[in-house]
Amino acid sequence: MKKAPVRLDDLAGAGKRPLIHLENEDLMSLPAPLDHPSKDHNWPPLSAQAGEKFECFLDDTCAVSIPQPKTKEEEDALVAKFLSGLDKLFVKENNWSFLQPLLLTMEHCAKCQTCSEACHIYEASGREEIYRPTFRSEILRRLYFKYVKHGGMLSSWQHGAITLNWPLVARLIELSYRCNLCRRCAQTCPIGVDNGLVAHELRKLFSQEMGIAPKEIHDNGSMLQLRVGSSTGMNSEVVKDNIEFIDEDISEKAGIHVETPWDVEGADVLLIHNAGEIMAWPENPGAFALILNAAGIKWTLSSEIAGYDSINYGLWYDDAQFARVAIKHAEAAKKLKVKKIVLGECGHAHKALSVIADRILTGDLNIPRESSMTLLRDIVMSDRIKLDPSRNDFPVTLHDPCNLVRLMGVVEPQREIVRKICPKFREMEPHGVDNYCCGGGSGFAIMSGHNFADWRFHVSGRKKIEQILNAFANCTDASIPKYVCAPCSNCKGMIRDMIAYYNLWESNRIHYGGLVELIVNAMVDVKPGFIDWEWR
Amino acid sequence: MTLAVYVIIYAAALVFLIASVVRAVRYARLPLHLRWELYPVPHEEPERVKHGGSYFEKVDWWEKPTHFNWWGEVKFMTPEMLFLKGLWEFNRSLWFRSFPFHFGLYLVLATIGLLIASVLIGTSALHACYMLTGIAGAALTVAGALGLLLRRLTDPNLKNGTTPADIFNLVFFVVVFGLLAAGYLTAGASFPGMLVLVHGLLTFNVSVDIPLVLAAGLVLGALLAAYIPLTHMSHFIAKYFTYHSIRWDDAPNRGDVRLARRIAANLTYRPTWAAPHIGADGKKTWAEIATTNPASGTKK
Ligand code: SF4
Ligand code: SF4
Repeated sequence: MKKAPVRLDDLAGAGKRPLIHLENEDLMSLPAPLDHPSKDHNWPPLSAQAGEKFECFLDDTCAVSIPQPKTKEEEDALVAKFLSGLDKLFVKENNWSFLQPLLLTMEHCAKCQTCSEACHIYEASGREEIYRPTFRSEILRRLYFKYVKHGGMLSSWQHGAITLNWPLVARLIELSYRCNLCRRCAQTCPIGVDNGLVAHELRKLFSQEMGIAPKEIHDNGSMLQLRVGSSTGMNSEVVKDNIEFIDEDISEKAGIHVETPWDVEGADVLLIHNAGEIMAWPENPGAFALILNAAGIKWTLSSEIAGYDSINYGLWYDDAQFARVAIKHAEAAKKLKVKKIVLGECGHAHKALSVIADRILTGDLNIPRESSMTLLRDIVMSDRIKLDPSRNDFPVTLHDPCNLVRLMGVVEPQREIVRKICPKFREMEPHGVDNYCCGGGSGFAIMSGHNFADWRFHVSGRKKIEQILNAFANCTDASIPKYVCAPCSNCKGMIRDMIAYYNLWESNRIHYGGLVELIVNAMVDVKPGFIDWEWR
Repeated sequence: MTLAVYVIIYAAALVFLIASVVRAVRYARLPLHLRWELYPVPHEEPERVKHGGSYFEKVDWWEKPTHFNWWGEVKFMTPEMLFLKGLWEFNRSLWFRSFPFHFGLYLVLATIGLLIASVLIGTSALHACYMLTGIAGAALTVAGALGLLLRRLTDPNLKNGTTPADIFNLVFFVVVFGLLAAGYLTAGASFPGMLVLVHGLLTFNVSVDIPLVLAAGLVLGALLAAYIPLTHMSHFIAKYFTYHSIRWDDAPNRGDVRLARRIAANLTYRPTWAAPHIGADGKKTWAEIATTNPASGTKK
């Protein structure tokens, strides 16, 4: 029996039960080998303890883990805080950073639902109403007209009625973390309304006014980075030690001596990696070092606070945290008097520092920032290093990180490289600026509380799994190793976790990795076999 | 009655103008926001527009000459505005309703323009033109609005977003353009024609005899025109900003004095966000907040 779609009013319902519960049968179907719901991974419901302790009454999972208020007074106080934050979102002193886009989005949606079909979460969920890009926007819009514009009956006739209470706020908090902020929906909106921005602004309200954000991106994310220098917890000593180990390993593996330069004043390039690479995929920073050294680039890493970790989680939920980290990155570059900052394989770091921070970094802090994709493209295409494409003679597909491509316009450089060095390269469909998010965007890749990881593998990542399987449809056999190139740390983490979840390495020999690994794997001067065909 | 019709038309035109200008000025005067562009950006170099690329694809992009491809914007905007190209691409079934509706309105606007021009030039040579655009415009608008209305009433996908005003608005269009068409077509021999009516309107000649149905259409049409800029239907204004100031605003902060001044002004705002990690007290500026570290001094 088809379930009745959730209505906007249902969000204010007081019942302590999730509004929806998804089963494999409800979801968008997938190609082989996941072509039947019974072949899909099973999906544990939220634990009873979580339901008793936290506000998890949206969709049977929980991203934020807000403790349940104990009394009506506590609930009322939280609603009052929400209202004061709502007001601040629309005041230039508090939100100059996004006020114009937000107001236009609030005041001009034609409710045509063109955007819905563009959203991978909505589609993958089997078109579940609460995941419609406009669902959370419509709630915020009604609240805006009622409480910010102080609309009366005429306004509610015009813009729609809404009931504000704690259950609505609690569900809205969760709902703001059911969007990857990929802005694919915004790309299709004929008016230019931006439902991704709405999720972003709601998250800001919750963080900046109510102090509510998932611990993975706030406490263990931006706060940890501002405290020790990296959200991995590595301080400058530890990161230097780790890089030393990596240099040794890579030298041995590649048969070429690799040494990473640290804190070189006046270097041409300050390379900033997502420090997660150093921990999880050491071959990536190692490969970068090898390529830059081989190409004769004058480059350095920085051991300044945040100077060795390009992540900037504030981008997803908090303008103040965002600006603080961006300034730390710029200060590290300024101290070393480098000519430019080059961002390693991390999509959100690219957009954060190159695009969004551009109107925060003033004077001598506005040091030029560049994508490693372009630098690598120039190295590869100018034949500064000798490459043998036959070493990459396996099927390769390329994932487009939203932040790098749709939101920054770096589309071709990485393609030029893979076209040159991967003879069996094939595109995913759609790709480039029309790509789908990996499903890990906006922090999801590092959020795994309760059963949230199951939700993201089943729902937000589903479209990407479909794309990957389709890209390799003519070579599914496990005897053929296949490579998903994801030049972004978060995307790579999400893709790794999904491949593991669906057992696609075992069943179909689908592997994943970055771009520099493919380049080094093709370098004539490097010992053959740089890419390990072993699951990590 | 003719006097009343004239007064209402002038008053409505004034409301339309003032409300549209107020809305546009309100958006234009908002502070410069952080960059939030969305690719493809059509004023990039033509070879980049093809794949949606930006100047970030160039090594040392800040040392390269900047390129603003106006023609790219015109090429994007013309089919978008005239033919709703985006809708054609992303929501074909809606396009078949929305395009006639919007194109019908354009034709009606063209009719008004042609009539006024004819009066000012003092010719009736354009009679066939404005007859054609007027009747076709009204017919397309009514057909499109009816299609949109039917969809809104029957498509479950639209249920959550639909408000009573959304229904009212479409009915309003159907009634207005239905009355205008019916009023004109049933006007009878005593009606001197649209050219004389517009001449009368422009010269305030109240001796023109306006048939009742046509007068009702004109009055309601005037009210509709006054109402549009007070609603989300003023997206013809919004769209300028959502495209030019947001989706396509990729202006880098490099050496543009005006931009730098606007950024500097933003950094002096004094926020009042209440979460403790922000450290806002209404006295500290945005720049001060951005340069304090809420984690310094906390446990390692
Ligand atoms: S956001 Fe745009 S596409 Fe989506 S419903 Fe509103 S107007 Fe339509
Ligand atoms: S930003 Fe992406 S995930 Fe969020 S609603 Fe839009 S399409 Fe869906």
